[in-house]
Amino acid sequence: MSIKVRIPTPLQKHTNNQAEVSVDASDVKGLIEALEKDFPGIKDRICEKDGKVRRFINIYVNEEDIRFLQRDATSLKDGDEISIIPAIAGGQDIAGGAS
Amino acid sequence: MNLTDAQIERYSRQLILPNIGGKGQERLLKARVLVVGAGGLGSPALLYLASAGIGKIGIVDSDKVELNNLQRQIAHSTNTVGMPKVDSAKKTLNAINPEIEIITYNLRITSANITDIIKDYDIVVDGSDNFPTRFLVNDACVLAKKPLSHGGIFRFDGQAITILPGESACYRCLFPEPPPPGLVPSCQEAGILGVVAGIIGTIQANEVLKYILGTGDLLTGRLLIFNALDSSFRQVKVPKDPNCPVCGKNPSVTKL
Ligand SMILES: [Zn+2]
Repeated sequence: MSIKVRIPTPLQKHTNNQAEVSVDASDVKGLIEALEKDFPGIKDRICEKDGKVRRFINIYVNEEDIRFLQRDATSLKDGDEISIIPAIAGGQDIAGGAS
Repeated sequence: MNLTDAQIERYSRQLILPNIGGKGQERLLKARVLVVGAGGLGSPALLYLASAGIGKIGIVDSDKVELNNLQRQIAHSTNTVGMPKVDSAKKTLNAINPEIEIITYNLRITSANITDIIKDYDIVVDGSDNFPTRFLVNDACVLAKKPLSHGGIFRFDGQAITILPGESACYRCLFPEPPPPGLVPSCQEAGILGVVAGIIGTIQANEVLKYILGTGDLLTGRLLIFNALDSSFRQVKVPKDPNCPVCGKNPSVTKL
């Protein structure tokens, strides 16, 4: 099944600057593995060493956060759109300053 | 409160809106809004809030205006380079609308001072530039039950969400923890398109106005995601997380 994945700007250096890629997968776990196969190194950016999605990155199936579905066991169907969305702050790393 | 002739003239284009009118304008003039950060997000938010007649606006920032800020931080200008950002912004806002009160806090917001600063305001706009401050502002607002408009920007991307503590998801419901330092490049390293800050900061001002006027639907329980390259606005759902470290059932963050 071909699943469309939106890649956030900070991860696009792994996807040759593509903002959207398509992979074959039947669940979220398989999707992350498929992304890693096509774009080596991307899994490390999305997941902790234990394979869990990092706590400042969310994965959405259409509009739904997988943490409130079946996490990486969430199944996917043809036509689903996946978004990987990291927390963004902006600005300089100086506490008390502004973006 | 009776509007003066000058106020009726100044605010005439919004007074005729059915959702505002004289009553709405009085609400705006009585409202107290705190803007954390007078930078890329805070600048457009401040300009529109002052223009709309928010009666009391607090501005927190510890930085001075630098030349490289002016590409996006539109509350400042070439002749205020070197001035504290809060004073530069106040000067600009006073020139637009001398009738409103501007309170400046030329300091770093910390766990020690934030609760005391936010207590005098009805709603907080987060335009800060770093994760520790964003999580601090979220936690302080949740603990004090202060509504919060959150905005974030990175290169060509923007995000915004509004938080009504106790009612809607907070920022930690969305992202439980900040990324470790160094993992996410800052604007200084990564760059930012000025208009992205303008668009997200303006959305934050819009959220504040709707909250004060009690009109429309706030960006609660959903995250707005903007991309400047394809001009797309999307939204994803953000439910309250029962395991949220600050607003969940068994919070681990109970003080700052
Ligand atoms: Zn929460």
